Parts: sequence; structure tokens; C-alpha cells
Amino acid sequence: MPLTRRDLLDLDDFQRDEISLILDTSVSMTEILSRQIPRVPTLRGTTIANLFYEASTRTRVSFELAARALGADVVNVTASGSSVEKGESLVDTLRTVQALGVDVVVMRHHDAGAPYLAASILDCPIINAGDGWHAHPSQALLDLYTVRSHRGDLEGLKLVIVGDIMHSRVARSNIWGFARMGARITLCGPPQLVPRELTQLPGTDGVIQIEPDFDLAVEDADVLMVLRIQQERMDGVHLPDLREYASLYALTEDRLARARPGALVMHPGPLNQGVEISAAIAYGPNSVIEEQVTNGVAIRMASMYLLVGGGEEAGANGE
Amino acid sequence: MASRDVLIRGGRVIDPAANRDEIADVLIRAEKIEAVGDSLGAPDGAEIIDAAGQVVAPGLVDPHCHLRQPGFEYKETIGSGSLAAAAGGYTTICSMANTEPVADARAVIETILEFAERDAVIRVLPLASVTVGMQGRQLVQMGELSDAGAIGFSDDGIPLSSTHTMRTALEYATRFGRPVANHAEDAELIAGAAMHEGLTSARLGLPAAPRQAEEIMIGRDVLLSELTGGSYYALHLSSGGSVELIRRAKERGAPVRAEVTPHHLTLTDAIVGGRSEPDTARLQPYDANTKVNPPLREQSDLDLLREGLASGVIDCVGSDHAPHARHEKEVEYAQAASGFSCFETAFATMLFLVHDGVLDLPTLIERMTAAPCRVYGLPYGSLSNGAEADVVIFDPDLEWTVDREQFLSKGKNTPFHGLPMKGRVTRTIFGGATVFDLTAAAAPVSGSVGY
Repeated sequence: MPLTRRDLLDLDDFQRDEISLILDTSVSMTEILSRQIPRVPTLRGTTIANLFYEASTRTRVSFELAARALGADVVNVTASGSSVEKGESLVDTLRTVQALGVDVVVMRHHDAGAPYLAASILDCPIINAGDGWHAHPSQALLDLYTVRSHRGDLEGLKLVIVGDIMHSRVARSNIWGFARMGARITLCGPPQLVPRELTQLPGTDGVIQIEPDFDLAVEDADVLMVLRIQQERMDGVHLPDLREYASLYALTEDRLARARPGALVMHPGPLNQGVEISAAIAYGPNSVIEEQVTNGVAIRMASMYLLVGGGEEAGANGE
Repeated sequence: MASRDVLIRGGRVIDPAANRDEIADVLIRAEKIEAVGDSLGAPDGAEIIDAAGQVVAPGLVDPHCHLRQPGFEYKETIGSGSLAAAAGGYTTICSMANTEPVADARAVIETILEFAERDAVIRVLPLASVTVGMQGRQLVQMGELSDAGAIGFSDDGIPLSSTHTMRTALEYATRFGRPVANHAEDAELIAGAAMHEGLTSARLGLPAAPRQAEEIMIGRDVLLSELTGGSYYALHLSSGGSVELIRRAKERGAPVRAEVTPHHLTLTDAIVGGRSEPDTARLQPYDANTKVNPPLREQSDLDLLREGLASGVIDCVGSDHAPHARHEKEVEYAQAASGFSCFETAFATMLFLVHDGVLDLPTLIERMTAAPCRVYGLPYGSLSNGAEADVVIFDPDLEWTVDREQFLSKGKNTPFHGLPMKGRVTRTIFGGATVFDLTAAAAPVSGSVGY
């Protein structure tokens, strides 16, 4: 089955079998990555543009490694040091990149929706590598992949996402992904950072709950996804200070003990050790944080492969 | 230039100011309404318009639009805006002060009136700002500006945040008998917001502001109106809760009036997440042609706003015509300019509500003619004998589809593109002269046919 879509913008309209297809394909990619020479020529002759309007280490490098592992060429365009600094509009930059002969655009942008604008302008596949507070679908896919590799099945698992949900594209994409795969989701954080409406997302049928008390939220959790708390939220308006945040929402040994035995601890990175998570847990036996990073390459390989190579038939009839 | 006499025959004449709704003829002589009645005779040489099956009403009055000149002629000019307004059935339009320079001085008001005299096909009446440069601090010279022709005062586009300045403005404006109109949103709550706060914003991850951002400001303003006796005009209500605040203020005797736009009555925030039906009117998620200030809200708001307009708590319909260039809309949502190009869709949009039974036709026409005239104390908006011969003729059942490429406005920024409409202006007459004729507009212009 090919992936019958041109772009990877968000998981909100993905069906379960589409997500499974990407996860299944990633298993083969993981196998490729374990070889002595982790490289195949599948996308030879294809050029991937990494168009990053926002700083990123792991995501950008992950996409780059994924593209190279598939034999594709990669060009990196960052906002600083490009025409963006001269005030070039997004639309003009996109048209330029397309005119230069790029086959896939991987895009990170500080404004929600920017990849949708790109998709409406360009003819080539767009992969959203994070847009504003909105979505980060490849992150959610690698999180699903990581959990599935440990648990085999996501059906019925309890996922707790803790932190600044409002400003988190990781949270939004994971909500869609885990809900679609049959998990139950509890959102936990200071009420001013957890939009109440998220429990009413269409098609999620009551599987999303909000529990502002982390001690209660963590009970029976199978997966704990800890979000990075951004320093700029400690402005006295969103939150009083780091200390109070840590006392209420840091994942500590005590709290972890209330979760299900063997619960998986995840974090999209970069970590604020001692703030939202203790170092002991981040590097402890429950943590799969490093696996997440490693799995990211396989997921991105699978995404590019399915959109460009494996989705050939579907891609050819784009109007 | 004296225009020809005109006899409009056999239409359904609706003139809410005179409580008239009947099949009748309308006779225009020497740029004035000469008579409305049965079987009127046509003077020699008069143009005769057969309006059978159509409605004849006073030319529409728009209490709220943005004409962008001086300063932003790439978005719109007074000339292009007036042509678009005429195509929408308007004969009088009131323009907001957020030009460059801001209409905060006599010279700017006079310039606008000169441009209007030279370029506009209908009547353009400017508002001045409330504060110098719309900076929210120093009051403009209201006396001087009233004298120059400003019909009211507003910093529209920017909320007038200072409570003290608002109080003083309302009080001072009583001296000149002019209203103060406010873009009522709490500046702190809307800082950075790109849309209405609700399920759609939660889903899309867009910065958003709640409807209470408007209600807080409306509440403040009506209290200040009650305190000062200053005439207050609440622009473009978007929140259902604002209706109740206006109703209460009116009951308490505050000189308060309120406006609503066609889009806040008919569209919800859901379209920011895209629209798939009908196919001709598809919108991608995050299409900035859905971005407007105040933002589109929810069905519960629409219901209360409709009720408010029908009952008269909301006095009138303002288009808030806000043309922008393509490059200001084809950008990231948060960075896009706010507002819709509305002149050419406003009336047809409102007719939706008539066909839906929300309003009857005479009430709608009242809300778009006599009512906005009351806001600014204008002597227009009726077909009484001796009145200016400003007339709109429309076919309430004519079906058409919005095509922004056909707009006379320079602004093609509309969320209504591709939507089927029912009801269309067929002719607009200003001071006895036809300034829009649908049959002429639709006919191919000779020599311009290209392939």
C-alpha cells in the first residue's frame, strides 16, 4: 500500500492504517541503519531541501541523516545567512527553492500553518518539521514508533503528556497520533497552559482528559511524555517561576513510582534537567529518550521514502 | 451637470424611513426624489427603468469602511473603492481614519474630501481619528475637524485603550454632536492573537483571544457613555455577549449604538481550519483570507448577533470593507493583514439572512440605510420627496457566484470567493445618475475581448 498523500503536514487527518504503514516501513529503515554501511540508493538523484526558519539540532540533523541514508542529496537553507534575512517573503523563498530543482521540502517554521501555505504554493511534497505551536508530525511518529517497539500495541495504553501543552506542537501531534492508535491521553500542566478545548477534538471520542494535578495524572500511566518548559514562559504572567513549576510538574522519582511499573519516560528534547525532569530519570531505566532520537532517523527515512519513492503512483496524478 | 430625469417603474419600493413597502413608481427629477406613487407619468426625455420583480430602496449607507487613500493606494483608492461600493448598492460610505497620514488634521480631511469630489462616484464621508496619529494619547482638534467635515471620531483598527482618554473624548465630542466609535478589544488580551480562542485555535495552534476581549471593552465603553452622555458607536460586534451589554446600556438610557458586519453574522472560526464545501469555495487551513479583526467566532455568537440585529439592539450593518494586497494575505497566518474586501459581497451576504428568515427585507434595508444615518446624523437613507436621489435596485432572487477576480475593488481578499449568493444589486443611482448597472457591467466591453 502506498501512502496516498503528497505531504506530511499533520497527523490530524491520518487514518490508523496510514500511521501503521509508516511505522512498519520504519522497521525496515531501522534495519538499514543497523548495517555496517547504513545506506541504500533508493532516493538517489532526489534533492531534499531542509528549510529551517527556526533553530534546530536534532530534527534538522535527523532529516539530513535520513535523506543521506536513502542516497538523496540535501541542501540546508536556514533563515539566518539566507535571503530571508534580507526580508524575502516565505512565498518567494519557496518559489526560489522550487525553481532550483528541489524534490522535497522539509520545513521548520515559527508560525503555525506555514507548511500549509507552502503546500498550496509548491508542487513537490512538503514535510512539516514543526510549525509554531501547531504540529510536529515526524516527532509524533517517532514517539509512536518508540512506544510500539516496547509495547507492541498502543491500544488502551495510558499516555500522560505533562507541561506547557498550549505552546507545544509535540503535544498536539502526539494527541492525534496516540488517539488514532487507540491510546488514552491525559494532558497535565498549569491550567493556563492547557487549552480546555483539546478534550473536544473531533473524532477523539472522549479519550482525551485533562488533569492539572500531576500526582493524580501519573497514576497507572504507561507512558510519560515530559515537555520542555520554555524559559520565556517564566515571565510572571504565564508562570510565577521555575521553582514553583518544578515542584508541581517535574517528573520525580516519587511521581514515577505512582505510574505503572516499567512506564516509559519520553522527552522530545532539549532537556532542562532538574526543571521538568530529574537527571536520574532522564538517564534511568525507564527512559527511552535516546531511543527517540535514534528512531527519528528511521521515521524520517520512512516518511521521505513513502512520500517520494513508495508513493510514486499516488504522487504522479497530483493535479 | 444636471442628470436626466428617471422613472423607476413597477418595483417593490421599500423605504423604511417612511414605513413604505408597496409596488410603486419612483420619479427622480433634478437629482432629487420627486415622487413615489402609483402610475407616475414620465417627463419628456426621462429614462425609464423597468423594475418589475425587483426591489427599489434608498441607496445603502455604509457606516464603516477603509478606503486606504491617502497612503495605501496599492490597496485601494477613493476612486476604486467608490466604484466597488456602488456595485454593492452603496451611495454613501463613511471612511475610517487609519490612512497615512492619519486623518487627524484638517488638511487630511480636506484632502480626502477633495479626492472624493474628484474621483468618487458616490458620497464619501470621512471620520477623523480620536487621538493624534491614533497613538491613543492626545485628543485631536475635534472642533476643527468637525468643521472640516469629519462626521465622527474613531481610532478604528486600534482599540482606544486609555480609559481616561475615552472618557474625555466622549465628553468633548458632545460639544460637536459627533459620535465616538471604538474598535472594542482589550489590547492586552488580543496581543499577538490571530484568531478567536476556541476549539479551532486549540487545534491549529494559533495564538488566539477570547470573546471576552471584546466584551470587556464594550462594557467599559458603554459605562463611560452613560457617565458622560457622549454618543458611543460600538463597531463590528463579534461576540454574542456584547449584544447583552449594548441592550442593557440602551435600557439605562446611554446614547449607545452598535454595528455588526455581514461576515460576523455568517461565518465562524471553523473556516480558519479550512473549508471543503462547496467545492467552488474551498479554503486551505490557515488561509489568511479568513483573518479579520475582531475575529470570526462561533455559531452561538452568530445566533445572538442575528437576534440582536433583528430586534434592533444592534442598530446597523457596517461592511468594514478592508482591502489588502495579495502579498499581505499570502503569508504566514500570524503575519497576515486583517480584514476583508466587503463592498461587493456585503448586501448579498445579508440577503442570506432574509432568505433564511432571520430578518425581513424592510428590516434589513432599515439597518443598512436609515439606521447608519442616525449614527452620524446624516440626512440620507430615505426616498422621501425632495431627498437626494440615491437609490438601489436589486433582484432579491438573482443567483450568482462570488468571483473576486471580478471585484472592482483592488482588494481581492475575501472569504466569500466561490460561494453561491442569492440576490444582487442590478442598479445603483446616486444623485439621479446611474453609477452601477449590472447589465452594463456584465456585458463584454467592446475592444477589450482578449484570448
